[in-house]
Amino acid sequence: MSAEQLAELSDLFVVAAVLLYVVAMIAFATELAFGRARPGKAVAKADARQPVAVGAGGAPAVSESEPAPAPAGAEPPRFAAQAGRVALVLAWLGWAANFGAIVTRGLSVDRWPWGNMYEFVVAISFAAVSAFLITQIRHNIRFLGGFVMVTAALGLGLASKIFYTAAGPVVPALDSYWIAIHVTAAIIASGLFTLAGVTGVLYLLRGDGLSRLPSREDLERVAHRAIVFSFPLWTFAVIAGALWADRAWGRYWGWDPKEVWSFITWVAYAAYLHAKATAGWKGRASTIVQLVAFGCLLFNLVGVNIFISGLHSYADVD
Amino acid sequence: MSVQELEKEQEPQHVGLGPVGWLRWAWRTLTSMKTALILLFLLALGSVPGSLVPQRGVDPDKVARLYQQNPTLAEWYDRFQLFEVFTSVWFAAIYLLLFTSLIGCIVPRLLVYARELRRKPPAAPKRLSRLPHTASFDGDLGVEEVARRLRKLRFRVVTGDGWVSAEKGLLRETGNLVFHIALLGILLAIGAGSLYGYRGNVLVVEGDGFANTVAAYDRFIPGSQVSAESLEPFSFTLDKFDVAYQVTGDKRGQALDYEAHLKVNDSPQAPARDYTLKVNDPLEINGTQTYLIGNGYAPVFKVVDGKGQVAFDGPVPCLIEDKGSMTSGCVVKVPDAQPGQLGFLLQFLPTSVPMTDGTYRSAFPGELNPQVQLLGAFTGDLGLRSGEPQSVYTLAEPEVLKKLKPLLMGKDVPKPLAVGQSVDLPDGLGKLEFTGVKQWITLQTAYDPGRLPALLAAAAAVLGIALSLMIRRRRVFVRVGGGRVDVGGLTRTEGSAAGFAEEFAEIVQVLSAGEKNVR
Ligand code: HEM
Repeated sequence: MSAEQLAELSDLFVVAAVLLYVVAMIAFATELAFGRARPGKAVAKADARQPVAVGAGGAPAVSESEPAPAPAGAEPPRFAAQAGRVALVLAWLGWAANFGAIVTRGLSVDRWPWGNMYEFVVAISFAAVSAFLITQIRHNIRFLGGFVMVTAALGLGLASKIFYTAAGPVVPALDSYWIAIHVTAAIIASGLFTLAGVTGVLYLLRGDGLSRLPSREDLERVAHRAIVFSFPLWTFAVIAGALWADRAWGRYWGWDPKEVWSFITWVAYAAYLHAKATAGWKGRASTIVQLVAFGCLLFNLVGVNIFISGLHSYADVD
Repeated sequence: MSVQELEKEQEPQHVGLGPVGWLRWAWRTLTSMKTALILLFLLALGSVPGSLVPQRGVDPDKVARLYQQNPTLAEWYDRFQLFEVFTSVWFAAIYLLLFTSLIGCIVPRLLVYARELRRKPPAAPKRLSRLPHTASFDGDLGVEEVARRLRKLRFRVVTGDGWVSAEKGLLRETGNLVFHIALLGILLAIGAGSLYGYRGNVLVVEGDGFANTVAAYDRFIPGSQVSAESLEPFSFTLDKFDVAYQVTGDKRGQALDYEAHLKVNDSPQAPARDYTLKVNDPLEINGTQTYLIGNGYAPVFKVVDGKGQVAFDGPVPCLIEDKGSMTSGCVVKVPDAQPGQLGFLLQFLPTSVPMTDGTYRSAFPGELNPQVQLLGAFTGDLGLRSGEPQSVYTLAEPEVLKKLKPLLMGKDVPKPLAVGQSVDLPDGLGKLEFTGVKQWITLQTAYDPGRLPALLAAAAAVLGIALSLMIRRRRVFVRVGGGRVDVGGLTRTEGSAAGFAEEFAEIVQVLSAGEKNVR
């Protein structure tokens, strides 16, 4: 296949991925809408179960939260669970199309396919969906499906409508093996941060009462797990970026706007981790910190590319 | 020691304890987790203006432009050191407080850590059923066998009368401490680099050379501990500079590759060697790096004055006006011309094409049809002997410019000149000849002794934070007797209870079936 055909195929794959994500979202939403409501707080299995001291002192152990018992009420209809399964299949298909879009784009331009904003956003959408689907293999987080699908579909849609850049070569500064290391780490971390961000929004939307969403504790746990994985990755991505800057620009850190915002994002997520470990900052407060950090991540991705010019102005958006 | 406990200890004490009490209170407040959290926020917030307001160190031209366009605002920015956020006093105050706080929090935790390293896990509680994870099965395991199986799983184990207590995951604390100490390391490395390192920029035209001395730089930014003699004594000449451009498609005109062909002398005695300098691939000589960071055109002009003497002959580096077409603005100053000094404003068009309105534009950044368009020729005192520093990219300050006498301007200027063509000045004042095209490159040379330490500290930070976040601390207690085995477990790591449930099930499996039957 010629480079042009591959590039066209890649664009088609993006369209297919958007459609599949949207249909999957509807199926996920159906499951959620007709599924079972859950109370706001995870119900402790037994009240007698007191935290037991560990270590030098008395940090309360995190008690294991069981699926809360179903409140009195109608059993959810059978089609709800079926919709959930269909949704997962559709999501995997969308994922495959998204993957296909990235691979064909890469083949068409004969380089790592994340050299501009369009390619970057397509890759992050893919990473976010991957984070969701891979987690879903072992832990049931299907309730997140609809929201992850919306986010990914919006990401791809924005990428194609606003950031679209025709397949082509990149400027010499980007022609380096560091793009594979630095940008790949940033993409995976951003995908996981997105998962955490979506969960954080749900946390805030969800009241304390009965809801079809899982308990706030569960939501908080999902977000925390995602960030626990992505924070070291982001740290690594920033450091790899510094190493690349050292190769390309003669200094490893120069407070270029992109560097500044990567740093702000990093500090903000570190603040989240500290908030989680600080009495009085757990729950709502730390979730807000997490979302502020996610806002910084998005601004770094979109805002800095569009509004602020710097050495990193590779986004190729006009 | 747990975080909550640390915090409890750090609660402010009763006031009225006298100066020592106050100091203690201040120190405890500073090193509390909440203060660290707030300082982290401040650090993030403080960096924001650094990306929104142009920074002197990054983009001095933009700062100068702001001073011209909005002097009042610029004054205010300057008052708050917003043009140098990252070297400002207030930014330093935030991070120094944060790092003091960090030290104040690392030291006690190191002590606790050292104690924990030596301490054995505590005895098993009486009633395991109160633990968050429990399991029981029938079996006749002895204490020693249980201990052996748990040790196989790399637990630290203590045994007692009918009970086993096991612990794992101290590496979490190790990682966390390594991470925080590494942050200090990074700061120190950056500090050392800025004291003992230097950075310099220089523009070199094809055919010219450069020797690494302070005087040779156009801009030199030394650390306060750098002496002029300590510069690595290398030199090189730029033989040729090549750029490859995309010639077809949407991205026509985009640069694909830059190559600067150098002849390098590693030291004055060393023989010259060929070296191709590329983007992303600096020239390294004994820890001093030289980077290719920019390029442009330097058309060559020859000026013959009114007396028939060659008053100027050489390349003139031009400032890029439009990156896409490499249209560049050039200034030729000829202070030696007789009877009067001469000055020329020109525009260099690498690929000149005529437009329908009779003007010429550059259609491609590569040098396909290089021409120079004369914009103006002047005579009079260029003000070069005033002793004031002059920019090579502007002909003269506006007030000087006003006093110059225009020779050719507006409608009088001829069509763009091709290589070899010339333009005669009126009144027999001389002529300007466009004799050829060279290119210039800008280089940055950097010496930073903090690079490697910073890298090592950064690597330690990544490793440390990964350990700190991925590993959970967990305890398993076993009571045996009467043909029953009771197992209880708990983890004290935030958010990892769900993951621990699986691990706990596996441990129980190993205990009940023996490690042979598992996995
Ligand atoms: C440069 C600033 C700092 C950064 C980027 C940073 C980052 C981190 C990170 C990522 C964690 C892991 C949180 C977790 O285990 O869930 C952590 C933990 C911790 N940090 Fe910091 N930290 C910084 C400064 C400080 C300071 C100044 C203090 C002391 C007051 C501090 C005290 C702690 C403590 C006590 C923990 C343990 C929390 C836990 O075990 O869950 N940190 N820090």
